[in-house]
Amino acid sequence: MATPESVTTSGTPILRLENIGKTLGGKRILSDISMDVDKGELKVLIGPSGAGKSTLLQCINYLIPPDEGHIRLEGRVVDASRKSELYAFRQQVGMIFQDFNLFDHLDALSNVSIALRKVRGMSRKAAAERAMAELERVGLANRATLYPAQLSGGQKQRVAIARALAMDPKVMLLDEPTSALDPELVGEVLAVIRDLARGGMTMVMASHQMDFTRALAHEILFMERGSIIERGSPAELLAPGSGTRTADFCSRLTDLCEECS
Amino acid sequence: MFDVDFLVDRVFPSLNAGLWMSVKLIVPSAVFGLLFGVIIGIVRVFGKPWMQRVANAYTALFRGVPLLVQLFILYFGLPNIGIYLEPYAASVLGFILCSAAYNSEYVRGALLSIRQGQLSAAQALGFSTMQTLISIVVPQAVRRALPGCGNEIVYLIKYSSLAYVITCIELTGEAKVLASRTFRFTEVFLVVGAYYLFLVTVASWLLHKVEERFHIPGFGRPRQ
Repeated sequence: MATPESVTTSGTPILRLENIGKTLGGKRILSDISMDVDKGELKVLIGPSGAGKSTLLQCINYLIPPDEGHIRLEGRVVDASRKSELYAFRQQVGMIFQDFNLFDHLDALSNVSIALRKVRGMSRKAAAERAMAELERVGLANRATLYPAQLSGGQKQRVAIARALAMDPKVMLLDEPTSALDPELVGEVLAVIRDLARGGMTMVMASHQMDFTRALAHEILFMERGSIIERGSPAELLAPGSGTRTADFCSRLTDLCEECS
Repeated sequence: MFDVDFLVDRVFPSLNAGLWMSVKLIVPSAVFGLLFGVIIGIVRVFGKPWMQRVANAYTALFRGVPLLVQLFILYFGLPNIGIYLEPYAASVLGFILCSAAYNSEYVRGALLSIRQGQLSAAQALGFSTMQTLISIVVPQAVRRALPGCGNEIVYLIKYSSLAYVITCIELTGEAKVLASRTFRFTEVFLVVGAYYLFLVTVASWLLHKVEERFHIPGFGRPRQ
């Protein structure tokens, strides 16, 4: 069995998906998805709804176990049949959900500290200090004692980001983190994610925020019907006249937004 | 019609004795009925398939058979297979079994109302299934089930009167004895009614205090 230290070199991707496939209820949701994510890289998944972006992200941390293929974190394959290994793996992969999924019965501080205490076994005091530092990082130190019901959508998502960051993840998975937000709240969440990207956090993100993607993504993966059909840098895929499916899809997204406004 | 001497000399002393017996029936039945109800409710939602089947069958049985019939079986039926229960023990056991079945239904509903997303979030953070249950699901489910389980305790206070049928002489039993001896049914049972109303009022007040104590913004009504 390879150990992370022995395998990880500067050339090894931090996260590698090898031929991931998933069938749910007789329907092929994902087929033959492979990708390498290097340290500090931001990959953005784009595609129509039902393309499998969400399922793919949930396969990566085994919330939906893939039927086929392997997931390697720092070169090491996860054996999901061993519970303790699976739980340890998930601690290293942070996940941000579309609808936040904060714990409704805990205030913002406890939402961030509970995993530190229960999963990491930190003392109440140490966990609270760490949680406060993470809330400060997302600009919510002054909201620490408020409950999810008392926070705005943007604030909830920032607490969710703080909660994931507190576990010191090696990779973050973000499943359309701004699509459940009112338009005026999108900016505050994107600003936090942008700071993470600039700080060198490795991220895989499903998103339709094209300006954000254009500015920060290292690679765009365009998915349709469970497969990656195009991949490349934003400059390649979104260049005017490039004729790619990605460019076509994004121009239609933009038209839609103009109609709305 | 209301004869103060009769009330003071006869009604209050015997009903007070009955009241004490009623309290001794109600309190353990409420506590263990709630405890087992929570456990059975959790098993019905998160247990292995065979455990779910057993717990569902239990609930169907004890919710589906009249409590009085259950008490008759416990008290008059079990001796046939060599199990002899005191009237008090048979009553408490019957109440616990019945109340746990009803409470499990309230708890099941509360558990199902917890958004799946929160379970995914806990798993994504590395929580085990058991840790998710204990730290995330149960604290929320208990709050959501509290009004329903409180209602069950109010019911329990009143159906505890069935204990006198299997000769555990509590409040209603004492009243029946006294009324039969004196033929003053109206006075005796009006006072019994007032006693039960008092018990239910105290229980409601306590339950309200508990709800307030555990209140969290976003769960049920806002704090007054």
